[in-house]
Amino acid sequence: MAAIDQSKIRNFCIIAHIDHGKSTLADRIIEKTGLLTSREMQAQILDNMDLERERGITIKAQTVRIVYRAKDGEEYIFNLIDTPGHVDFNYEVSRSLAACDGAILVVDAAQGIEAQTLANVYLALDHDLDVLPVINKIDLPSAEPERVIEEIEDIIGLEAQDAPRISAKTGLNIEDVLEQIVEKVPAPGGSPDNPLQALIFDSLYDSYKGVIVFCRVKEGLVRVGTRIQMMATGAVADVVEVGYFGAGQFIPCEELSAGMVGYITASLKNVRDTQVGDTVTDANRPCKEPLPGYKKVNSMVFCGMYPADGAKYPDLRDALEKLQLNDAALQFEPETSIALGFGFRCGFLGLLHLEIIQERLEREYNLDLVTTAPGVIYKVHKMNGEVIELTNPSNLPDPSEIEYMEEPMVNAEVMVTSEYIGAIMDLCQERRGIYVSMEYMEESRALLKYELPLNEIIYDFFDALKSRSRGYASFDYEMKGYARSELVKLDILINKEEVDALSFIVHSGTAYERGRKMCEKLKEEIPRHLFEIPIQAAIGSKVIARETVKAMRKDVLAKCYGGDISRKRKLLEKQKEGKKRMRQIGNVEIPQKAFMSVLKLDDK
Amino acid sequence: MGQELAKRTKDDRMELYLHIPFCVRKCEYCDFLSMPAGETTRRHYVSRLIEEIREKSNACRECQVVSVFLGGGTPSVLSPRQIAGILEAVRECFTLSQDAEVTIECNPGMLDREKLALYKEVGINRLSIGLQSAKNQELVLLGRVHTFEEFVGNYSLARDIGFENINIDLISALPGQTVRDWEETLEKVLELGPEHISAYSLIVEEGTPFYSKYGQDDAVRMRGGHPKYLPEEEQERSMYQRTRELLESHGYRRYEISNYAKKGRECRHNIGYWQGVPYLGLGLGSASLMGHMRFSNTDCLERYLEGEFPSLEAILRKEPDILEKEGVVVLDRVQRMEEFMFLGLRMMEGVSKKLFHGRFAVRMEEAYQKELRKFQQEGLLVDGRDKVCLTEEGIAVSNYVLGGFLLSEP
Repeated sequence: MAAIDQSKIRNFCIIAHIDHGKSTLADRIIEKTGLLTSREMQAQILDNMDLERERGITIKAQTVRIVYRAKDGEEYIFNLIDTPGHVDFNYEVSRSLAACDGAILVVDAAQGIEAQTLANVYLALDHDLDVLPVINKIDLPSAEPERVIEEIEDIIGLEAQDAPRISAKTGLNIEDVLEQIVEKVPAPGGSPDNPLQALIFDSLYDSYKGVIVFCRVKEGLVRVGTRIQMMATGAVADVVEVGYFGAGQFIPCEELSAGMVGYITASLKNVRDTQVGDTVTDANRPCKEPLPGYKKVNSMVFCGMYPADGAKYPDLRDALEKLQLNDAALQFEPETSIALGFGFRCGFLGLLHLEIIQERLEREYNLDLVTTAPGVIYKVHKMNGEVIELTNPSNLPDPSEIEYMEEPMVNAEVMVTSEYIGAIMDLCQERRGIYVSMEYMEESRALLKYELPLNEIIYDFFDALKSRSRGYASFDYEMKGYARSELVKLDILINKEEVDALSFIVHSGTAYERGRKMCEKLKEEIPRHLFEIPIQAAIGSKVIARETVKAMRKDVLAKCYGGDISRKRKLLEKQKEGKKRMRQIGNVEIPQKAFMSVLKLDDK
Repeated sequence: MGQELAKRTKDDRMELYLHIPFCVRKCEYCDFLSMPAGETTRRHYVSRLIEEIREKSNACRECQVVSVFLGGGTPSVLSPRQIAGILEAVRECFTLSQDAEVTIECNPGMLDREKLALYKEVGINRLSIGLQSAKNQELVLLGRVHTFEEFVGNYSLARDIGFENINIDLISALPGQTVRDWEETLEKVLELGPEHISAYSLIVEEGTPFYSKYGQDDAVRMRGGHPKYLPEEEQERSMYQRTRELLESHGYRRYEISNYAKKGRECRHNIGYWQGVPYLGLGLGSASLMGHMRFSNTDCLERYLEGEFPSLEAILRKEPDILEKEGVVVLDRVQRMEEFMFLGLRMMEGVSKKLFHGRFAVRMEEAYQKELRKFQQEGLLVDGRDKVCLTEEGIAVSNYVLGGFLLSEP
């Protein structure tokens, strides 16, 4: 195959606030273009694609190569690189952006700029991308494209007068977007003659091919047989296959050269060897330095995950190992809880990541899980000068050994319409936020900046934000670092026994309130026993809240009518089924739900 | 053929349950399969029921029917002639034992001399009268159609006509009821001296008008909180305790958790249910236990009136298609052990270890080692030389104990 004309390649991504129409626009773009150049059509690689299809390989998200015949009569190759849309994956977003030369900024013609829009634009500009604004949803009755264009110019400072006004839903004016991609997104630079330098922006594990590395070649070229080296992890391997992304398929090709986006397989068995952000180079002719911006992804949020059925522990381990093959950001290590038995302390990028993993374990691996309250990494400075990074509250040293503790903070930005500013400020205040600034974006909307402790936003901050602003607030954050804080460990005692899986770290100022709510919640969740069960919240030996589950005194027996024994049996079975989901702590049976109930303390 | 089938049912004793799903109006708390219906529907239903009796009796030729129970709904909404027709068909098609117990459930507001006399004539020897309360205010609350005075009149009438075995159904723990209110109902009933008293506590069942009124309240009560209208758990407990004290002092013996009888007047039909005697249910939605199989008729009236009856013989032969279609549950050994325990323990005399061993070829102490020990430690069971039975405390939390004897995965 002849080399592709570098000047005809456009590498770009689409950025948007959630719900502004990113995916719909991506679908339209793919629809309006072709997947192959006319030359490639003749090459008859369709059979190949079928084979791929049989193997069931699909490409993650929507990183796809498409071919566009522009109005100038030339065929252009577009590489549309999808970016994950959540703050949890901020680092991945930044690496995806680094693989692009331009970005389409989709703004909702009715809603205008939102917090994520800003965050994404700044991120794109940081990567020197040319940002191409597009006004979407102009078919909505409430659309105000003129106002939104003004907003883009005023707030972001982007020239937007000729921004295409489109409806991704109806397909209106999509051609304008395609033409602007050709005109405004620069062709990639770099030279195929330089030493290989390619950026990894994603990877996935396939049981046939091993690790598949998604990369953007910045300099040089890579082909089958090239001995490649990952500059950060040091892993070395021989390239088995290179190719690019069809719609849902991997399409092999001879080589990937400077400016191209594609994949490499190289008999690598572990995604840990191919960290997102790392640079791939030619082991025999390495580039001088890696591409900038690599960092090792660290888990931010931790929780314990336990199989509901203790016998499923090996299954859980296998499932986590399999998920980890595809998800370098997932961490886990075995831990033991007195209450829950054997399980794992797992680390995640954020709460969404946690939820995704939890859901996949339950759905794809059919595991019934008990998850403990998520926490962050606290730094515990001990009297003896030692610093512990604490992920499991149970491991907190005795208070007498602790000099002070630190907790992670974030810089948070909330974009909110003016009527809800008060409510949102109250919320941030309640969550121990430190006010930084407020800027009016226009008359009716403001951007609030707060410093917030990460542990205050990992539970239900997002839900609270939405409910207190009736959905009008948008939110984004980035890690700021650690700050000293008055933290205590809150223990829960059920029938006088401490339940380790229910302990958590909390700011001393909110400990009383949290303890009280927790006891109330547990009272609802724990069924009555033959004896009275006290539920207590305590800091050290000091009890700060108490509730009691009354003893069961009488249950009623239905008249067994017309010999309908099956009904009676069902009733008893239901009761027994409930028991199965219980954990025995001392002589108290606690439903597994109770361990999760601590996540939902703020019910307003 | 008949011989063979009789062998399959193992026991040659059996009981018959006949369901009459009609009533004058649905009571506020009622969760049973019953509905008001017009004359034509009732007539149609009776003829279908008689057809079903004829059809299914073929499979039970060799069995001795020891009890017949006409339940509902309110069987007494049918005309005495219709009742007579049904019972005649039963006598014609089944072999009733000499001393068979033949019970009809009646609404105390709907009896008269003619009805009662005819009941007597067709061989009904036991009346079960749904009084529920001796306080008219409570009867209104329950949505009953009769008053206490009407009941007393009809009760005396029944005695006049010569019924010597009468049960009175009562419900305790009604909304707003105090322990004293309940005692008054019991006292009034005791004055009449029926042979048998069933005293259940109210269950607020989903789907009933009571559920929309007191469902929340019931949930509070279940959690041991303070409900607004329903009596609290402690009161309910006292009501239960008072029932026992009062009735026992008047010569009644509690033979089952909620059933009391004078000596020799225990309801054989119900005891049959607890002891696993085979029974055949006829009529809409009726449940049967035959040859270690549990199955039920359709509970859709239209379908019952139109549809063909599944062949009982085919079910007893365990023809796979029929079993599947009719949703027949074939009880395996473990399930039968479970039933032996959770049904048998409702009887105050408890369950027999000898009988258990004989039936399942494993000792009860072996099959239920853990459970027996645990419940004894908790003071809920007494383990005697042969019999294992609930303690007073065990009766109070019987669902908890009975549920413990389920072994199989649902």
